Amino acid sequence: MKFSVALILTALLSFINGLYFSWWGIAIAAFLIALLVRQKARMAFASAFSALLLLWSGLAWWINIENENILSARIGELLGIGNNPFLLIMITGAIGGLVAGFAAMSGSFLRSSKA
Amino acid sequence: MRIRPFIISTVITAGLIIALNKKWGSVPAMGKFLSPQHGFWQNAEATDHDFTAELKFPDLKGSAEVYFDERLVPHIFAENDEDAYFVQGYIHAKFRLFQMDLQTKAAEGRASEIAGAKAIGYDREQRRLGMKFAAENALKEMEKDTIAWKNFSAYTKGVNAYIHSLSESETPLEYKLLDLEPEEWTNLRTALLLKMMAKMLSSGTEDDLEATNAKSIFTQHEFNIIYPQIPDSLMPIVPKGTLFDAPGIVPLEPLSADSLYFKNKQQVAATEISRPDKNNGSNNWVVAGSKTQSGSPILCNDPHLELSLPSIWFETQITTPTSNTYGVSLPGSPFIIIGFNDSIAWGVTNAQRDVKDFYSIKFKDNTKKEYWFNGKWEPTQIRIEEIKIKGEATIYDTVAYTIYGPVMFDESFPDTNAINQNLAVRWVAHDPSNEAMAFYKLNRAKNYDDYADAIKTFDCPGQNFVFASKAGDIAIWQQGKFPARWNGQGLYIMPGDDPAYSWQGFIPQTENPHAKNPERGFLESANQRPVDSTYPYFIPGAYITPRGRAIEHFLSPMTSVTPDDMKKLQANYFNILARDERPILLHYVNENGLNADAKRYLDIEKKWNLQADPASQGQTVHQSWWDSLEVEIWYDDINRSKPASSWPEEQTTMELLKKDSFSLIYIDNVNTTQTETLRDVVTAALNKASANLLAKEKEGKLEWAKFKNPTIYHLLKKALMPFARTGLGVGGNGNIINAVTHSHGPSWRMIVHLAAETEAYGVYPAGQSGNPGSKYYDDFIDTWAAGAYYRLWVMKSSETIDKKVKWRMSFENQKTGTGL
Repeated sequence: MKFSVALILTALLSFINGLYFSWWGIAIAAFLIALLVRQKARMAFASAFSALLLLWSGLAWWINIENENILSARIGELLGIGNNPFLLIMITGAIGGLVAGFAAMSGSFLRSSKA
Repeated sequence: MRIRPFIISTVITAGLIIALNKKWGSVPAMGKFLSPQHGFWQNAEATDHDFTAELKFPDLKGSAEVYFDERLVPHIFAENDEDAYFVQGYIHAKFRLFQMDLQTKAAEGRASEIAGAKAIGYDREQRRLGMKFAAENALKEMEKDTIAWKNFSAYTKGVNAYIHSLSESETPLEYKLLDLEPEEWTNLRTALLLKMMAKMLSSGTEDDLEATNAKSIFTQHEFNIIYPQIPDSLMPIVPKGTLFDAPGIVPLEPLSADSLYFKNKQQVAATEISRPDKNNGSNNWVVAGSKTQSGSPILCNDPHLELSLPSIWFETQITTPTSNTYGVSLPGSPFIIIGFNDSIAWGVTNAQRDVKDFYSIKFKDNTKKEYWFNGKWEPTQIRIEEIKIKGEATIYDTVAYTIYGPVMFDESFPDTNAINQNLAVRWVAHDPSNEAMAFYKLNRAKNYDDYADAIKTFDCPGQNFVFASKAGDIAIWQQGKFPARWNGQGLYIMPGDDPAYSWQGFIPQTENPHAKNPERGFLESANQRPVDSTYPYFIPGAYITPRGRAIEHFLSPMTSVTPDDMKKLQANYFNILARDERPILLHYVNENGLNADAKRYLDIEKKWNLQADPASQGQTVHQSWWDSLEVEIWYDDINRSKPASSWPEEQTTMELLKKDSFSLIYIDNVNTTQTETLRDVVTAALNKASANLLAKEKEGKLEWAKFKNPTIYHLLKKALMPFARTGLGVGGNGNIINAVTHSHGPSWRMIVHLAAETEAYGVYPAGQSGNPGSKYYDDFIDTWAAGAYYRLWVMKSSETIDKKVKWRMSFENQKTGTGL
């Protein structure tokens, strides 16, 4: 239950941060939610990673459908992964997930140090 | 206590963010770049994106409406000129900002700020050629002209209004890839863009350095044979037989010319780093009503330039109380450059006149503060050029300015190993002038007199302005500010200490080559020499003849011409030069001396229909054979100097080989002991070409389009190959009317039929949007490649609900806006 709450809140706050701040606003979001929703470090990482994997991949997936693969094909070639929108979308989500995951771990450790 | 794990994970998080926020070599900052809310995904434009917008800016005087059609062509309707050009600036920036930024930075010699140290040589050359100096002089002229100044300023404000509205996520993709920020627009940058065009079209049209070396190894007689002034096959722009007035100025040859200039055998080590493509040419022609089916004139133009994504052109219609003009504009400059209005149509080709000369300079010492001129030491003006380099320390370059202009080459440039030779450059593009206003006036011209008046202050780069009006006039003017030269002046480096070698004046504008309403009912220009030998002024330079000949070959016999005929002519693949070359090859080739493959290729050549169409194997064989023959004949000769002398023009070799009297000294390879005959070299040329042809054939690339692989690169060339379009199925070549080479050719094709209701067609090989994530990035390419056109829609203000209107962008003054 906490996992899902953290996941949803992290995704939501990351999205809002993304509207106003730089891309690494996702780290702030994940950190704050991890402080708010107390979980073990491993679970905090997993929920934040999943949140950003879903958020970033989801946004990229939606943009890519609307764009009919035009740019994902070109960028995939440029980054050396070929015309593979699925892989590019997954890499996008994983990068966001990693940053958010580690930030959430920090939040979790900080929270548990208080306890 | 979880302090240690907290610190560890925080350090990892921070490390990740820093690593992903930074560009690593050519890999963009991945966090920023991949973020779907900030990075490249934001540039992935929905294919049904809605461009509709309501915009308010305090700099607008009134209001303007822009209607975008289904090809994303904006039709601008403004209450006054300034607002129209503000909107044009805003829209150029919206769709082409990176291009505008990159091109003007490169023009100014600031490429190193983007590309790093590898562009230093390029930047130094731009500075030393005086590109910014030229733009500053142009800016001063703009300031003096109130109409020019307010329109350029409105355009600049429009560009900046867009730049200021940009959020991080909306920044064009290339900035994200390169980790750069857009830079403010200024009127100087518009001037820089026009000087970039001046360099593209009027620097590299002379061969002074190569010719100086050619002079050192060839006798005057040989030089005149290899680099003839008037080719036998010339069909000049001004029809033969036209009478010219007596010259208004007769320049005098210096007394010392024979000894110090013509017979001076000193070679030059300097070479230019970024010489514009010699193929920067074009076709234009106009057919009078007497030859058309409708009785109204038809004007055609296809400027041949480096093809790029995005294109150098942006299509627009601009309607204001003073004009209603449709055509292509240059992002970075407000006016329509090639197009038509309700009364007239015009087009341009490059005049390719030599307006740039080099003078050797003697400095008093290495401070370069004084130079020897007219018997005394004269002060130079020193300009310190600051060149910023991405990722490295700024460097400084000292450039001395003389009475001629900047000393482009000296002991520090292009490299320090070269013989100490200081060369100042005298270039018309440095002189104060206001070329852009010619377009402002042309956009509004109503008849021949308006056209002639509009273009007469257009100084550089010299252009062939072709014209037609609804009133039925056709005309062409080769317009520019051209030095009046004594015979031979400016072919080679000139002595810089003697004022007798300076330009003594300019050809009076009214004596520039021109023709109006000729008997034959058509006029054409295709980068050939403008006039025959009866013109009273010396015109240096190497000119080609084949495209002009081919156009005349087809246009002369035509009657009842229709726009469809003109479409076919712009797409024409006939290789007129090969028609003349093939009999020479077949006459001299020794079939017994050919290897088996060469015999097969000979057979292909024999059966070839002289069409350079995409599937043609004959064109591939012919071009390879002829190129190989040119190497056999000339390589050893022109490489007797270092750097090498220029190659003769393609038609020159053909014309020489047609003559029995052609001296065999060129045929003989000076590097071998035996004496080669023409029969030997023609045969050897095919044998040698066969090796390459066979390799290509094995790759399945013997067909002409596969062999030359027509490619339209992104502006950043090979660094962004996924943004390019390769392998286009287009035939043609630089010497063919349809002048598509590997990455160069018709950058805009336009046909305007000036009937009561104007009927116009056009296409360019790219798309309106510069965004590689937009479907409008390259959507015209297939149409262009197929030789097809779009019907150009001149929208009327009453057609705002026409189904062709897809989006509407309205611009209003912020203060008076009603906020509806």
